[in-house]
Amino acid sequence: MSRSFPIGANAGKWLFVNSILVCWVLMLAIVGGSRTPAQAMPIPRVKAIPAFARKYGLPCSACHTAWPELNNFGQVFRDNGYQLMNDRDSPIWQNPSYFPISFRITPIWHRESTSNQPVDSIPGGGAGSTTVPGTVTQAGFDLSGMDLWSAGTIYKNISFVLLPSSDPTAVWHFESAFIRFDNLKGNPWFNLKFGRFELDNLISEKRFLFLSNNGGIYQIYHYNVPGSSNDFGYGDNQIGVEMAGHSKNSYTRYSVAVVSSNEGGVNFTTDVVPGAAPGNRTYDVNLAFSQAFNGGSMGLERFEAFSYIGQRPSYYQTSAGTQLVGLGNGPFYRVGFAGDLFLKKLELLPLFMHGHDNVYLGNSTPSNQPLPSGAQAPSFNGGFLEAHYYVNPQLVFLGRFEKINVGTQANSANPSDYGNVTAYAVGYRWYPIMFSRAGLAFHNEYAISKSIGIVPLSGDGTGLPPLPLPNSQNVWSSSLLIGFDFAF
Amino acid sequence: MTLKNMLVAFALGSMALLSAGAGPGFAQESHIGNLTGHAESGKQLYRRYCVGCHGPDGDSNGENAQWIDPKPRDFTLATFKCRSTPTGTLPTDQDLYNAVERGFVTTNMPSWRPLTPQQRADLVAFIKTFSPRWKTDKAGTPITIPAETPITLDSIQHGRVLFQKMECWKCHGAAGHGDGPSAATLTDSKDNPIRPYNFAVGSRFKCGETNQDLYRIFMTGLDGTPMPSFADVIQPNDAWDLVHFLRTLQPMDTKEAEIWKAYVAAHGADLKPIGPDSAGGGK
Repeated sequence: MSRSFPIGANAGKWLFVNSILVCWVLMLAIVGGSRTPAQAMPIPRVKAIPAFARKYGLPCSACHTAWPELNNFGQVFRDNGYQLMNDRDSPIWQNPSYFPISFRITPIWHRESTSNQPVDSIPGGGAGSTTVPGTVTQAGFDLSGMDLWSAGTIYKNISFVLLPSSDPTAVWHFESAFIRFDNLKGNPWFNLKFGRFELDNLISEKRFLFLSNNGGIYQIYHYNVPGSSNDFGYGDNQIGVEMAGHSKNSYTRYSVAVVSSNEGGVNFTTDVVPGAAPGNRTYDVNLAFSQAFNGGSMGLERFEAFSYIGQRPSYYQTSAGTQLVGLGNGPFYRVGFAGDLFLKKLELLPLFMHGHDNVYLGNSTPSNQPLPSGAQAPSFNGGFLEAHYYVNPQLVFLGRFEKINVGTQANSANPSDYGNVTAYAVGYRWYPIMFSRAGLAFHNEYAISKSIGIVPLSGDGTGLPPLPLPNSQNVWSSSLLIGFDFAF
Repeated sequence: MTLKNMLVAFALGSMALLSAGAGPGFAQESHIGNLTGHAESGKQLYRRYCVGCHGPDGDSNGENAQWIDPKPRDFTLATFKCRSTPTGTLPTDQDLYNAVERGFVTTNMPSWRPLTPQQRADLVAFIKTFSPRWKTDKAGTPITIPAETPITLDSIQHGRVLFQKMECWKCHGAAGHGDGPSAATLTDSKDNPIRPYNFAVGSRFKCGETNQDLYRIFMTGLDGTPMPSFADVIQPNDAWDLVHFLRTLQPMDTKEAEIWKAYVAAHGADLKPIGPDSAGGGK
């Protein structure tokens, strides 16, 4: 009796047949990108760890709906501190040659295009040239950034993660680095994490399925109302301590994190690379709670509520003009709810978030100085609905719609829709190789966003430099990406 | 290339790939309580979670199987360790469901409790498609487990006598460490080396963790391993005595351990050692 799964020894036949399709799509997409200035490819935020597959002998699909997104089995494994809890988790049980390290990078071809960019009216500038709005389009072969993962257990119930990550030019930083004490007192409700880590969010931007400049971020996770000096991103790793717990099957989960108010920065700054502004001396709090329900033949249905309460400096202690320590902290918060809903092979990921900033942060005004006329505390509402259709464990189709509306502008003189964002993304991932040793995915994605009066949050989430645009001008930005995403 | 052309290429490529996902149908079902598992649904789950070890044909030849010790179960043989049914018979669907949910401690088989009950039931249905036995044979009738007898010193001491008399020590060792004189020679039904259970390593067994589970293990045996069924050898009360003694071999704070520690502290010197030189292993 043979079932001819396209895996293991049967992968070759599938690979041949599908390679024809892959090459066909690839060639169609490649033939025709025009060429102008470049946009940076985002650092991969996504995490899939074949080192664990190698340790436990499970295929990628055991822990991932489609890697790198976790399914509930993967969530339980992660909640248990990267342990299967079968009394074989401690390193002493592993072959001495086993080393828990994985890497991931994605060679790609991509096309990026953004409208209403400031370009010279005469290419090259010079006499008579003025700055005019223009569409900038670039296309070509490229690389993503690279993740070099090491994660696992130091001992039973003591786990760790170390994730050096680079951008495509090999500028490295520590994306994650923490130690976690699991099942304190033998109780899964008490786990302590210490270091730099991703906030406990149900819909992870670190483990999601989109890769392109426009689609490869959740806009809402990095959004701040135009004019705000707040640098917070809900999708960014933070540095601090987290207490988390879960039921045995992780249907019920909670986490409380206390993190430095410096956007996960190191060396008392607000970033993980040199040259960043100094941080302040305060702490933020992130709270998350989720509950899953057995949906019978539909699958598992999970809901989450979350809130982040933080502070950011509005001015700095200085020495001869050099910034030393952030002062004049202004508060802000983000609250919302999310879901992870299965309708058999269809997965829906809805999220809603409300954000609010202090008036000084919202207007980038030091709190020891008067506010500009019309200043008010800004707020926004937004969210997305993402859908995945799993044809089988090796093929998934993706789609996402995202919308952000400014509720209260930072200045009452601004148009009500200034800063609004609308974004769409579609794509598919096909995993011809899905062993317990490594994984390969063919990835095809198209994403487009519209932002009003502001540059899009494409790429690494920080966007392009500000443009002198009318605050009612639509800016369209699109990405087409084809790549081979592999992890070993 | 225009945006329109790119989208058309994308759509056509997507449709072509989508069409590659069809598969055959399976009629096998499982019944666990109110749940009915369907093999067709279980096939997708098996492919996602199980195929790496158990293999596409369920014959324990998954691509990772060669690295695993102990080896994964060969579903084509329809021989299962953890059953509520007599030795030699097929397990019930509930037995397979429990095994999937519980996992097997000290092996690569994890607990699949994170899956929904329906998904586990579907997996059980699919597992049953690998062997024709499921079409010709019916599952055995689960054994009856009588009420547990009181945990007393007499019960534990009698259990110790049985441990000696029934030669459990030959495999499990005098102290239950899995290091008896026969331990190194044991193989399973596929001639793979197999180690007897070491009672000193923890509180869980491969087939459960309660006293009832332990009772069931040696009354049904672990088919496919050297661990036989003792259903025809000892009476239920004797079996409970053995359970109570075996609990004293584990590093747990149980009533059995409490009673036994107190007795050993006072009378340890009087105990005859368990092993080949002991006439009775008794008091």
